[in-house]
Formats: sequence, C-alpha cells, structure tokens
Amino acid sequence: MNLLAQLLNGLQYGLLLFLIASGLTLVFGVLGVINLAHGSLFMVGAYLAYVIAKTTGALWLALPAGLIGGIMLGAGLERFLFRHFYHREHLDQVLLTFALILLFEEGRSFLLGNDFHSVPVPALFDFSIPVAPGFSYSAYRFFVIGCCLALGAALYLWIERTRMGAIIRAAAEKPEMVDVIGIDARRVHMVVFAIGTALAVIAGALAAPLYSVYPGIGDGFLIISFVVVVIGGLGSVSGAFWSALLIGMVDTLGKAYMPAVAGLAIYVLMAAVLLVRPSGLFGQRA
Amino acid sequence: MNEQTRLLPHSRLGWLLLAALLACLVAAPHFVSIYHTELITTAMIAAMLALSLQLLVGGTGLVSLGHGAFYGLAAYVVYLISPEAAARPIWQTLPAAMLVAGLAALLVGSLSLRTKGFFFLMVTLAFGQMIFFVFHDTKLGGGTDGAYLGKPLIQAFGASLDLPRRQRPLGPYYVALIQLTLMYVGLALLMRSLFGRILEGIRANEHRMRAIGFDTYRYKLTTFVIAGMLAGASGHMWAMHRGFVNPELISWHKSAEALLMILLGGLGSLAGPIVGALAYTALGEFSQLVTERKLLVEGLVILAVVLVLPRGLTGLARRRKAAELGPDG
Repeated sequence: MNLLAQLLNGLQYGLLLFLIASGLTLVFGVLGVINLAHGSLFMVGAYLAYVIAKTTGALWLALPAGLIGGIMLGAGLERFLFRHFYHREHLDQVLLTFALILLFEEGRSFLLGNDFHSVPVPALFDFSIPVAPGFSYSAYRFFVIGCCLALGAALYLWIERTRMGAIIRAAAEKPEMVDVIGIDARRVHMVVFAIGTALAVIAGALAAPLYSVYPGIGDGFLIISFVVVVIGGLGSVSGAFWSALLIGMVDTLGKAYMPAVAGLAIYVLMAAVLLVRPSGLFGQRA
Repeated sequence: MNEQTRLLPHSRLGWLLLAALLACLVAAPHFVSIYHTELITTAMIAAMLALSLQLLVGGTGLVSLGHGAFYGLAAYVVYLISPEAAARPIWQTLPAAMLVAGLAALLVGSLSLRTKGFFFLMVTLAFGQMIFFVFHDTKLGGGTDGAYLGKPLIQAFGASLDLPRRQRPLGPYYVALIQLTLMYVGLALLMRSLFGRILEGIRANEHRMRAIGFDTYRYKLTTFVIAGMLAGASGHMWAMHRGFVNPELISWHKSAEALLMILLGGLGSLAGPIVGALAYTALGEFSQLVTERKLLVEGLVILAVVLVLPRGLTGLARRRKAAELGPDG
C-alpha cells in the first residue's frame, strides 16, 4: 500500500505545484513579465496561515484571507510596480522582482523572525480516511487535493467560458489585436496579476501544515514551478496542469524509491524535454 | 555604423578614466588598511564574475540566471583537488577550475540555448539550482555548511616568504588585480574582433544574422562556455582568497547579484560591471554602518536603480555626452 500512498502524495504535490505554476504562466503569457517574486507570494501565504493558526486557532480562515489578501496584494503590486515594466528589458524585470524577493524576505524576518515553525493540521481534518483494506490516508491531504482541483476547475471555466477569459486568451496570443479592438488591457492585466497572486498565496496557505514554514520556503517552490512551466510550455495553463502532475509524481516517487538520485530527476526530465521540444510539451512551437 | 565597439569606451576620456581606475587599484593597498585591502580584493573578484556575465548580457543579449553556478562550481573544484596539508600551486588549480566550469557551461549552454527569452532565464536558473543542490544535499563538499581549504593562497606560490602581517593580503590582492585586468583586456580584444562583432549582431538582431548565414547557436554556445570559464576563474580566486566554500556561492542569488552589478555600473560597457562591483561592495559596507538589515538596503537600491537609473553609473557620463552630440551622437 506504500505505492498508493506515494501516488496520492505525488498527486497532492503536483496539484499544489499547479496552483503556483498556473499563476506564473498566466502572468508570463498575458502580461509578458517574468515574476521571480512569485515564490515570495507563496511564502506570504504560508506565513499568513501560520499567523492565523497561532492567533485565532482557526486555520480555515487562512483560505478566505489568502484569497482576499492575495487579490489585494496582487492588484497593488501590478498597479504600482509591474505596470511600468511590461515593456522594459528582461534584465530590468529580473532585478525588479529580485528586489521584491529581498524586501519580502526582510519584511518576513522583521515581523516574524527567522525561525522554523510547524503549523498544526486543522482539527477538522486531523484524521485519516480508510482508502483500502489496511491503508488510510490523511484527510487534510485529501482536502488539499480537493481544494486544488476545485480552484483548477474554476480557473479553467474562467479562462474558457467567460468573456474575460476570452480576452485573456486573445491577449496571450496577439496582445496588439486586443488593444486595436479597443479593449482596456490594463484592467485585464490587473485582474490576471491579482488572480495569479491569489493562487500562489492560497497554495502557500494550503501547504503550511504539510511542509511547515521557514525562511526561503518560497525559493524551492519557485524553482520547481519554473521547471513545471518550462516543461508545460510558456503561457499554457493546461500545459502547466499536466506538467505539474508529472513533476509531482516523478519527484515524489523518486524520493521514495531512489532517494540518492531523486533530487536530479526533475532536472534530467527538463533536459530531456528541452532536447525534444524546446518550447515545452504543450507550448506552441516558437 | 559606428567604428567603435559598443562595449568599449567611446572617447579618449573614457580610456583615461579607465587607466586612472587601474592606477588607483594598483596604488590602493599602500594607502588603506588591511581590512580594506581584503575588501577590495573581494570586490575585484565580484567584478570578474560580473565582467564574465557582461559578455553574455551586454555582449550577446543573453540574460542568464545560472551564471553563479559556474563560479561556485569552480570554487568547489579548488576545494576538492586541494590536499589537506599542502596547497596546490595556482597553475594547477586555475586551469582545473576553469576547465570544469567550462564543461558545465557547455552542458548547460547546449541545452538552455535551445530556448529564448524567459525560457532561457528559467532554464539557466533551474540548471544552476541543480548544481546547487548537488553540493547542498550531498556530503561532496561539506553539505550545507561548506568547508574550509587547508591552506590559503599565499603558500600556493611556493613562497613560504615570511611576509610581515601588514603585507600578507597583498598577494591575493595583486593576483586578483592582474586577473581582472587580463580579463578586461581579453574581453576588449574579443569584442573588437570579428567574433565580437558577430555577437553584437546577434544581440541586435539574431534573425538577420542567421539569415545572412551565421550559425548563431554555435556562436552563442562558444560565448556561453567562455563566460562560464571566466566565471570559473573568478570562483577559483574566491576560494583562494577567502579559503572556504559553501553552497551559497552557487545559489542563483549570486547570479542575480552579478546582474545587479552590471545594471548598477551600466549595461553598455565592459567597464560597467567593474564600476558596479566596486560601487556595490562600497554600498554594502556603508549599509552595515546604518543598519543590520542588509537585504533591505540591497532591495531598495535595486528598486531605485531599475526605476531611476536604468542605464547605470557609466550611463550617466554617456548620457551627458549624448545630450551634447544630439540624439544621433
């Protein structure tokens, strides 16, 4: 039954990666900005959950707080910083977002210190669900899987079935056309950035009880999300979904069965994809 | 088309300033304390790293976030091949460090140069982190804590000269200065050569360069490997000077820092990264006087530079000159 547990772990990890990577890839695709601080937004979510759990004891509050706080934080960042960088060189975007990482880290250290904190699993989900004879699996991990799937479905419906989603798809493909037909792209940009931020913050809040919170938690997730986006194809949300699941499985199963080389497995996977399809498995050929 | 290569000084004044900077660096250790001599040595090593990255960023238009990995890898090579009791001579450690860094750059470059723009950024970053994790997660180089080299640089010249304490930092200082100068001259010659012109062509318009028959991939890969080897020389010097290695040297923050030095000094010149590295180190020193929170100062400075000073410190001088000559100057 160990294999089943590892498969479920892989699924849960992959879905969490999808929440982070989808925001990253949307911001790339629609806004044309590389956001290195995306991992810091994840960190904000994780620490938000920690603070809420510690002060109120009601961890579930972190989800609505993450959603609202994430949207506000994202909208603010877009309005006051990122908006001025859409047409700047990559180097400027890299440094702007690197500066944000440093400021987020310093802010975290100032407000909450540099210690490692564990966050208790919410009491409501602090039990195991029997899945098969002699095997049960953490209810909280099931809850995370459910949350991620629900958010992913909402994201899919939003992009594929709404008017704004159509504009987003159009803006990712031909941004100048969106301007030409008179759509106010600025509002779309702000919404996309806010949603991407909220997804990262929520992912952080969901992850806090599983991985604990510590300085630099965002960095590791950021790099893995980059690998997800590279394999999935830049700007492709469905690509990010499948590639996140792939990475989640490979990484989890690798760590369980081949711990010596598991750290390298996802990079080898990325190298192989780059050899065969440099624009990613699901991206359009450049 | 301008006769001058873009990355070299455009006027006699520029060359004079550069010579003045070199003269200052040659003379400096005789006028400042031991502490500051060592500080400038560290700054010159950072300048070498930023200069090697400038070949990619300013020279070819490739923004890499994995460049620090070759620097750190080379530092680890020095540690791994140095026996515990004695020091290995520099003519063995330097080529070994550069060779390993070059091979790693060949491997990373051949894959990541298949991509462009954001993809290139992310792929170089991911491969750089892969090298980081190799040293961070295994016991190969002391794990997360890093490791100390048995013997520092000064023995490496076989000079068991009993230098008085006051003069001991002079060895690494001048070795670093010579390497930095050689690197600048080498890159200046490279940028003036046909090869350098082709790189500039790739930076300006890669499609056109391909259309007129240049195999741009091969040129970019060669450049990536050269830059990786030079980063290796810088990392080698770091290990020699500071005498210890840790995974932080490989982390992508190192690459971002080098990019910051380039932007701080100015994207459009080879002297920019050197000025940027010196300014950045000085800034770090001053910020320590004011506050413990180094990252806060660093972050705010980066914000200020990208928002207010997009062409860097050397760009200030050029902007004034450009204003005198009119928009086409």
